[in-house]
Amino acid sequence: MAYLEGNSLVAAYGPVPILHECSISVEKGELAVIVGPNGAGKSTAMKVLLGMLNPSSGSVIFDGQDITHLSTQERIKLGLAFVPQTNNVFTSMTVHENLEMGGFLRDDDISHTIQEVYDLFPILYEKRKQNAGELSGGQRQQVAFGRAMMTQPTVMLLDEPTAGVSPIVMDEIFSNILDLKNSGRAVLMVEQNAQQALNIADKGFVLVSGRNTHIGTGKELIADPEVRKKFLGG
Amino acid sequence: MVSESVDILNAFALLTNFIIVPAIAYGSQLALGALAVTLIYSVLRFSNFGQGDSMAFGTVMVILMLALFQSDWANANFGAILPPYEFLSFVPTALYALPFAIVFTAIYLLVMDKLVYQHYRRIKAKPITVCMVSMGLMFVTGGLVRIINGPERLTFDDGARFLFSVRDFKEFTGLTQGIAIKTSQFLTVTVAILLVAFLFYFLNRTKTGKSMRAYSDNEDLALLSGIDPDKVVRVTWLIVAVFTAIAGTLYGLDKGFLPFQYHQLLLPIFASVIVGGIGSPMGAIVGAFVVSFSELFLTYAYKKFLIYLLPGYVPDSLVQLIGVEYKYAISFVILVVVLLIRPTGIFKGKVV
Repeated sequence: MAYLEGNSLVAAYGPVPILHECSISVEKGELAVIVGPNGAGKSTAMKVLLGMLNPSSGSVIFDGQDITHLSTQERIKLGLAFVPQTNNVFTSMTVHENLEMGGFLRDDDISHTIQEVYDLFPILYEKRKQNAGELSGGQRQQVAFGRAMMTQPTVMLLDEPTAGVSPIVMDEIFSNILDLKNSGRAVLMVEQNAQQALNIADKGFVLVSGRNTHIGTGKELIADPEVRKKFLGG
Repeated sequence: MVSESVDILNAFALLTNFIIVPAIAYGSQLALGALAVTLIYSVLRFSNFGQGDSMAFGTVMVILMLALFQSDWANANFGAILPPYEFLSFVPTALYALPFAIVFTAIYLLVMDKLVYQHYRRIKAKPITVCMVSMGLMFVTGGLVRIINGPERLTFDDGARFLFSVRDFKEFTGLTQGIAIKTSQFLTVTVAILLVAFLFYFLNRTKTGKSMRAYSDNEDLALLSGIDPDKVVRVTWLIVAVFTAIAGTLYGLDKGFLPFQYHQLLLPIFASVIVGGIGSPMGAIVGAFVVSFSELFLTYAYKKFLIYLLPGYVPDSLVQLIGVEYKYAISFVILVVVLLIRPTGIFKGKVV
C-alpha cells in the first residue's frame, strides 16, 4: 500500500463526469507526475486527493488511513499540502508573512520551519521583507512551496508548478521540486511539460479522459513508443 | 510695516481657526468611518452603505447610556459618575459611556451579520447584491435610531468646552484674531491617532491581524492555510464596531447629534475611501483629510481673510467659492474626478 493513494476514483463536476476509475499513488521520497492532454482530469484527480471535490466512488488512503470523507483542512492537518497553479502566494504580504500564514494552524514554534525554508531557498531569506507580489515568477513559486512546507507536510501536491514560466525558470523550479523530494517528502505533481517532468519523475501516470492509460517509471513512459507519439511529440 | 506683518499673522490665525483646526478634526472623524468601510470592503468584499447610520446607532447608544448615568436610579445606586482624576474633569461624560456603546454596537453588527450577511456569504452572492442588502439594512438602522432618539438635533457634550479659547489665545499672543481648540476637537484627534496606531499594529504585527490581511488578499489560499473565515469575519465586525461607535460619538460631540446628518456622512466617507484607494487603510486616512480640507477650504468665506491680507481693500461679497449647503457636492465632485482620472485612488487600491 502506497503512502498516499487514490483508488478507482470516480468524480464529476455536476452532471459532467471527469474521472472514471482513476488510480494514483505516491510513496515517501518519491516524485510522481500526472501527465495527459488538456481536460484529462489531471487537476481534478488532485482536487479529489485533497478533498476539494468529493468522489462518487473510490477511496483516498493516506498512511494506511481512509481519508475519503475528511475535509481539506483536516487533510492538511494530517500532513498533506497543496500548491495551487495560480494565485498561490499572498501578493500584498511579505515573504516572511506568507510563510507565517502557511504555519497558521500550528501552535508550536514555527521559526525552525521558516529557517528550513530559507535554507532550502536562500534567495527568500534575502527577500523576506519584500512583498511576494514583487518577486519574479520563479521566486514566487519558491514562496508558494515554502508556504505549503510550513505545515511540515509529508506529501506535497503541486498543480502545474511550471505553468507560464520561461524555460530557465522551469529548470530552476524542477530542481526545487527535486530538493523537496530529496528531503524525504512524497511529491505528486500535475505537469504540462510532460517530457521534462517525466525525465525527473520516479513514477508517471498518463491520464486520458479521466482514465489511467499508462503507468510506469518516468523512463519507461518516455521509452514507450505509444506515449511518445501521443503525448511527447514523437 | 509692523502692523502689516501682524495682519498677515492675523490672517493665518483666522484660517487656522476656521479651516485647519476644524478640518483636522472633521478629517479624523471621516478617517475612522472610512477605515471601517475599507475594512468591510477588504474582508467581506462589499461597500457598506450602512456605515453612516451605524455611526448614528453607536452615538444613540452613548446618549442612552448618558441618560442612564444621569438617572435617579444610577445616582442612588452608584453615586454620580465622576472622573477619577481632577485633571480629567475636562473630559465629557460621553467618553465614559463609550465602552458600553461599543459593546452594544458590536452586538448589533454581529447579530446583523448572523441574520443577514451570513446568508449572502453562504450563497456566494455578488458584491453588488450584498451592497444593496447593506442599503436595506441602512434604512433599518436609520429607523431604529429615530425610534430610540427621535429625528431632532441633540447635543450631549459636557465637561470643558474649550481646551483653550479664543480669549486665551488673544491674551497670550496679542493678536486680534484668536485660535480656539474645542475639547471635542482635541479628543477627536487624540483618539483617532491612538485607534489608527492600534489598527496598524493589529494588522501588521498580530497573528489574527495578519490572517485578516491574508483572507482579504487571497481567500482560497487563506482557506488552504487553515485560516477560519468565520473568525476573520467576526473580528472584522468587532473592529468595525469600535471604529463606528467612536467615530459617531466624536462627530456628535463636535457637531451635535442629528440622525439625518449622519446618514449624509456616507458620501464624504465613500469619497475618502475611493480617493485613498479602496481596501487600503492608509488611503482611507489620507482620503479623509483630502475630503475634509477640500470641503472647508471651498466653503469658507474669505472676506475677512482678504481684508487682513490686502489693507484698504474691502470685497463686496463674502468671497465664498461654494455655499455651505453644497458641501456634499464637493465630495461628489471629488468622487467623480478620481474615478475618471485615477480609479485606483492615491494608494493603488482595487478597481471597482
